[in-house]
Amino acid sequence: MLLLITLQGITKIYRTSKVEVTALQGINLHIAKGEFVAIMGPSGSGKSTMMNILGCLDTPTAGEYILDGMKVAQASRKTLADIRNKKLGFIFQGFNLLPRTTALENVELPLVYAGVKRKERRERAIEALKAVGLEERIRHKPQELSGGQQQRVAIARALVTGPSVILADEPTGNLDSRSSEDVMAIFQKLHEQGNTIVLVTHEPDIAAYARRIIHFKDGRIERDEVLAKNMEAPA
Amino acid sequence: MNIVESIRIALKAIWANKVRSFLTMLGIIIGVGAVIIMVAIGNGASKNIAEQIQGLGSNLLTVYPGYFLYEGDGVGVMRSAPTLSLEDAAALEQGEHIQAVAPMVNTYEEVFLGSGNTQTSIYGTTASYLKVRNKELQWGRFFTDQEVADYKRVAVVGSGVVESIMGSMDPGIIGKNIKIRNVPFQVIGVLQGSSTGFYFEDNTVLIPITAAQLRLTGSKEVQEINVQAVSADDMQSAQEEIISLLRKAHKLGPGQENDFEISNQEDILKAMEEATRTMTMLLGGIAAISLLVGGIGIMNIMLVSVTERTREIGIRKAVGAKESNILWQFLIEAVILSVIGGGVGILFGWGGSALASRFLGFPAVVTLSSVVLAVTFSALIGIVFGVFPARKASVLNPIESLRYE
Ligand SMILES: Nc1ncnc2c1ncn2[C@@H]1O[C@H](COP(=O)(O)OP(=O)(O)OP(=O)(O)O)[C@@H](O)[C@H]1O
Ligand SMILES: [Mg+2]
Repeated sequence: MLLLITLQGITKIYRTSKVEVTALQGINLHIAKGEFVAIMGPSGSGKSTMMNILGCLDTPTAGEYILDGMKVAQASRKTLADIRNKKLGFIFQGFNLLPRTTALENVELPLVYAGVKRKERRERAIEALKAVGLEERIRHKPQELSGGQQQRVAIARALVTGPSVILADEPTGNLDSRSSEDVMAIFQKLHEQGNTIVLVTHEPDIAAYARRIIHFKDGRIERDEVLAKNMEAPA
Repeated sequence: MNIVESIRIALKAIWANKVRSFLTMLGIIIGVGAVIIMVAIGNGASKNIAEQIQGLGSNLLTVYPGYFLYEGDGVGVMRSAPTLSLEDAAALEQGEHIQAVAPMVNTYEEVFLGSGNTQTSIYGTTASYLKVRNKELQWGRFFTDQEVADYKRVAVVGSGVVESIMGSMDPGIIGKNIKIRNVPFQVIGVLQGSSTGFYFEDNTVLIPITAAQLRLTGSKEVQEINVQAVSADDMQSAQEEIISLLRKAHKLGPGQENDFEISNQEDILKAMEEATRTMTMLLGGIAAISLLVGGIGIMNIMLVSVTERTREIGIRKAVGAKESNILWQFLIEAVILSVIGGGVGILFGWGGSALASRFLGFPAVVTLSSVVLAVTFSALIGIVFGVFPARKASVLNPIESLRYE
């Protein structure tokens, strides 16, 4: 089993002018290549905080984060930008697409910063949009798309660079159940193709798509359960 | 990522934020345009006044009869006395530093031609007038020394007079007899009109000084003598020569005051320049305020826009943009907006100056320095206030930028 993510004693303390909030209290965690992990837990338990650290969008106060054999915690801001670009695909609850910009251009964006040539960029972006079933909507702007469609554009943007890990913080949080199913079907497919996925959710039926569920409470891992179907699955 | 890609990103961002981009450019356009127009008007006014004064004739000295009485506070009062004559003018022609001499008398009369008539200045002068005053003829010819000597009743008229009595600029005026105090004068020439149409010489009638003295003023008196020095360097010597020649002609003894005054064209020029300098400074002040207001507008929009765009910066960084990518994007955006805004502002300033020229009656002169100053200032503000806040936003954690509301 190839280790992709290792967290050792990851701690995050938010310091505001008056109070100090310890959002994560020494998280230890290993995630292997090809795993589909769901993270659950009550509101304020530190799920988003950990996802942001995993996604290199935020830095831990203390602890070690090793991604694909690389010590991330010590990396420079420039290196972190490169890691976000090439190794990580992040999906937000609120989509975070560039407004007034077409689906195609949104999906191309990571490739622009990766320095991929225009023609190849376009081909790969169209391919990624096909993979999420949006080949008919590539010229649409976010405001011309439904929530579910916007989230699928965001997924296409996350996977277009072929990242090592796809991270999703409550990707269905803003979607109705019909759109949630569409989105989860895509994650299911990505997992079957061998992608590593870490996903935060409050809903048990969403978490049920995963093969492993990590339960958070008060900035700590309370329980780490591997679902039975994972055991049944032939190697 | 190369520069072409950065430019492409910036262009897309400008296009995606059309309204904001337009407002930013508007600030630059107004700032640049206003400065160019103001400076052009100030400049045009100075040039116009200088030209009018030079239009009086080059290297010109004017001799007036009489003397100044200086009162306690140094203000001079002209006491005229009929001390100048045609003989004096003839005497001045002997001067070595003197090129030409034109004595003048002036009255204000009604001029008739058939049913047309107009009130106008009548100048009696000699054949040297054209040369001394730097004037040219549109049609016909000027009167000769012989015609002056012969008291001939001929006239050269200004373009304004032609329009008044003929109804239009009609060359048919040549050969017609105009009547002044019922005395017929044959029109033999028409003066070239000034470009602006405001020049006083457009509304004059010139006749031989002898005829004017005989028929109109009724005295041998000469009201002024225009003297043209050989060159600008000769002005001082010419002035001294005039004094000695006239003192001799008037037989003034060593203890006696001059019974004439000499006015120097340069003195007038200086006084006028003083006046225009004040006006240019006033317009310059208005221009500076426009520039400041335009600049504050640009600043404002840039600051607001970067604040608004902090989320955009967060999104770009989340998918892998480096700080340098963000900075380049904002720098290029600001440069593009400044260049386009500056360009349109120049056109706007140019057009505005052309329009102002029509209403003002003199050409507003656009100067390169005002264009450069206005564009540089606006571009600098656009770039500084586009890039500085962007720099602040670019060093934020992506997650902080994304949370920004
Ligand atoms: N920027 C911040 N500044 C200060 N405190 C913060 C900040 N972000 C999060 N926190 C605090 O850290 C703790 C963990 O927050 P986090 O967003 O990780 O929770 P969560 O598990 O994602 O909750 P939810 O399910 O509601 O999304 C909370 O107590 C929260 O108030
Ligand atoms: Mg959360």
